[in-house]
Amino acid sequence: MYEHDVIVVGAGGAGLRAAIAAQEEGADVAIVSKLHPVRSHTGAAEGGINAALREGDSWQDHAYDTMKGSDYLGDAPAIETLCQDSPKEVIQLEHWGMAFSRDDDGRVSQRPFGGLSFPRTTYAGAETGHQLLHTMYEQLVKRGITVYDEWYVSDLAVTDEERPEDRTCHGVVAHDIQSGELSGFRATEGVILATGGLGQVFSHTTNAVANTGDGVAMAYRAGVPIEDMEFIQFHPTTLPSTGVLITEGVRGEGGILYNEDGERFMFEHGYANNDGELASRDVVSRAELTEVNEGRGIDDEYVHLDMRHLGEDRIIDRLENIVHLSKDFEGVDPLDEPMPVKPGQHYAMGGIETDENGETCVGGLYAAGECACASVHGSNRLGGNALPELIVFGKRAGAHAAGKDLGTAEIETGQRGEYELGEVDTPVQPGEVEPAGGEGDAVADGGVAADTGSGDGRDIVERAVVRERERVQSLMEKEDGLQHAEIRSDVQESMTRWVNVFREEDGLKQALEDIAEARERYQDVFVKDPSRTFNTDLIQTLETRNILDLAEAITLGALARDEFRGAHWRAEHQERRDDEWLKHTMLSWNDGTPELWYKPAILEGEDKKYEPKTRSY
Amino acid sequence: MSTQVPETETETEAETEVDHDEPLAPAQEERMRKKAEARADREERARREAAERADSDDDTVHLKVFRFDPEVKGKQEPRFDDFHVPFEKGMTVLDALIYARDTFDSSLTFRHSCRQAICGSDALFINGRQRLGCKTQLSDLDQPVRVEPLPHAEVEKDLVVDMDHFYDQMEAVEPYFDADELPDGELDEQRQTRENREKVKMSTRCIWCGACMSSCNIAAGNNEYLGPAAINKAYRFAMDEREGEDRKQHRLNILEQENGVWRCQTQFSCTEVCPKDIPLTEHIQELKREAVKSNLKFW
Repeated sequence: MYEHDVIVVGAGGAGLRAAIAAQEEGADVAIVSKLHPVRSHTGAAEGGINAALREGDSWQDHAYDTMKGSDYLGDAPAIETLCQDSPKEVIQLEHWGMAFSRDDDGRVSQRPFGGLSFPRTTYAGAETGHQLLHTMYEQLVKRGITVYDEWYVSDLAVTDEERPEDRTCHGVVAHDIQSGELSGFRATEGVILATGGLGQVFSHTTNAVANTGDGVAMAYRAGVPIEDMEFIQFHPTTLPSTGVLITEGVRGEGGILYNEDGERFMFEHGYANNDGELASRDVVSRAELTEVNEGRGIDDEYVHLDMRHLGEDRIIDRLENIVHLSKDFEGVDPLDEPMPVKPGQHYAMGGIETDENGETCVGGLYAAGECACASVHGSNRLGGNALPELIVFGKRAGAHAAGKDLGTAEIETGQRGEYELGEVDTPVQPGEVEPAGGEGDAVADGGVAADTGSGDGRDIVERAVVRERERVQSLMEKEDGLQHAEIRSDVQESMTRWVNVFREEDGLKQALEDIAEARERYQDVFVKDPSRTFNTDLIQTLETRNILDLAEAITLGALARDEFRGAHWRAEHQERRDDEWLKHTMLSWNDGTPELWYKPAILEGEDKKYEPKTRSY
Repeated sequence: MSTQVPETETETEAETEVDHDEPLAPAQEERMRKKAEARADREERARREAAERADSDDDTVHLKVFRFDPEVKGKQEPRFDDFHVPFEKGMTVLDALIYARDTFDSSLTFRHSCRQAICGSDALFINGRQRLGCKTQLSDLDQPVRVEPLPHAEVEKDLVVDMDHFYDQMEAVEPYFDADELPDGELDEQRQTRENREKVKMSTRCIWCGACMSSCNIAAGNNEYLGPAAINKAYRFAMDEREGEDRKQHRLNILEQENGVWRCQTQFSCTEVCPKDIPLTEHIQELKREAVKSNLKFW
């Protein structure tokens, strides 16, 4: 068993920032990550990082834009924390040497982005995430922070008191991918989940293959509520063949969207008469698909994004990476012709419920970054708000876990205060095929053991390791059955077909049936590769289970929310219904059966209340 | 949560210990039947797809993929496996490997993640040259396409090599920014000219894929040589005007040690294979000049 004060799971932007912050507070911190840190998906972020740095801008304006962008489903304490902390955090990166693009006076450059009332998106060409990831990894090296890279964390060691709010997380179970060794990692002060996105739930996504939502699924199965899962962001400009992202910076710099008839449809068809291409992402995604559905798409699939008029110098200065991506992955040179683009899954607004200090309702368990939902993005994330989220909340989670007093959080987690239970009619029983304490369940059986055992959590971690060892053994010992790839791709395709930009009741129900069938099939899954060395067959089989649980959570939330808000569009419900729906969708696993409940969105800020207004661009 | 399905949990549990002499509950029977049908459908689809593939030989790509696993009998002796993958326009080597793994052999092992040339994890030796699998179009390659692990690194399994030595070299050059002094205010920037940012820009693009190290003859023969990636990393900081003179001198001291820049014999192989077009050889030469200049000052 390995032991550290703080264990960070995942080594993207949030994980690295959390580790640095925890160490600065004096903790012995280690990162456990299935990829080497520089391989993390944060590196693929392109456009930029929002921070109110300039005269004429303010954190209050940033907060207002973010709340409006969220369609009033963000929580004000989290949004205000994000906007207050991000300038200092962005300049911290600058002080660490991050290679931001520069203005003529030597200051960091900023540019306009969708949904922002000020050009506050700070950037490094079209490779902001790459520069950010590497800069933070450099700081990690400087500090000598321990990294267990290519270790796959597959379970949390959590006690099993009846109420999740009474449980404690003592560590994690991880597989050394290189050797096949399974080991416990005990954290004496806290475990921070920073495992990133879940784009692999869908077949057309900008996300890396590694983004299987492991942290969200593990926390969910350990009893931590997951929040607002139905809100999936579809990015309006991805390459049709691969889902590779074309940054919003292209539109920020003046790129134009055209349909097959050469019309600038954002204006000519009235989707966003003021902001045009720079309307919020949900608005642009729906506009593009409407064009395609009404027969004005190109090859019945996509639209054109044209940046040729910007001129080669400006393109190379600010968007050079886009030229390479378009050439290498779509065979189109955007200096000569417009790029084909269509919407693709990009970001999960929902995730593990946390407060503004990164704490979940389970003691000692934190989450930060895309896997978490402190609720800064509500039902739609603004471009350029993901990277500040990583560093602001990564830092807070790391510091808090290591004992720093950040004040009492205003957001309550778990079933406390004002919450209500929800109901939804589903065509099939959601949840595990064999529910209620089956051997696959993630919650440790340590409630009693914690009293009789050593009392320091070692036994809880040990038991989790034993159970995981049994699970792996049974997967490896089976001689025949189904392979994960087939189950995974069927679910991905069903999600892309039925739970996409446009959602209809029958389609959502169909997706739930498909997922239930996939769960049945997963009972027969087996690992064909007998090797312990670098067994990606095994790791992907474990990941596939996470994809199933999350696909179901997304679809359940989407079926339950019978209104149109932010990224969540429902064919039968074309109105935002503030009277009933200014509340967060919560799902708790409860031993294998999802329980649906709601808690109100917090629109009350530090010194103002954000009044919901019609969202127009 | 309410549901429209009358199925109860007890029925679900019963399935695990089902006694086949007993009649099944109707709901369970129905589910088992559906399951069997679904499986038959899938098998039929797989057969159909396989038949389609067989009919369209022209549209398949022939891959010869290196296989090795120290633990598995039959793979302990390195060998090449042949895969015939249906070709689609725009398909990359990585796409073909994924298809082969997911369809024919789930034990085929390789690293990959972002599939857009930024995570740097799928550098491979493809038709005799270091390339990123995700960035290499099959249509640009002669067939059969030979896919091997990066040369000059220890093979762990199939196409996966041990990267530890590469990481050690990257970290040996003190790869972190270290300005002499920071601005007073926590919101004040350390101004940098556009020209200086431009100067270091290409060096900051390294994705740590290891292609350059693998292609370098000198690195292959001398394990101590820092190698092109690490030297480029040092260049990124040595040329940044925001670091002071003392720090720059310290960086040059690291670089002019016995196994630093002077080992480079300007063969340009690193520059040729770099998937991010970083002018590695030029950077190394520039650092040699800097090292000479800084030494002259003391004479």
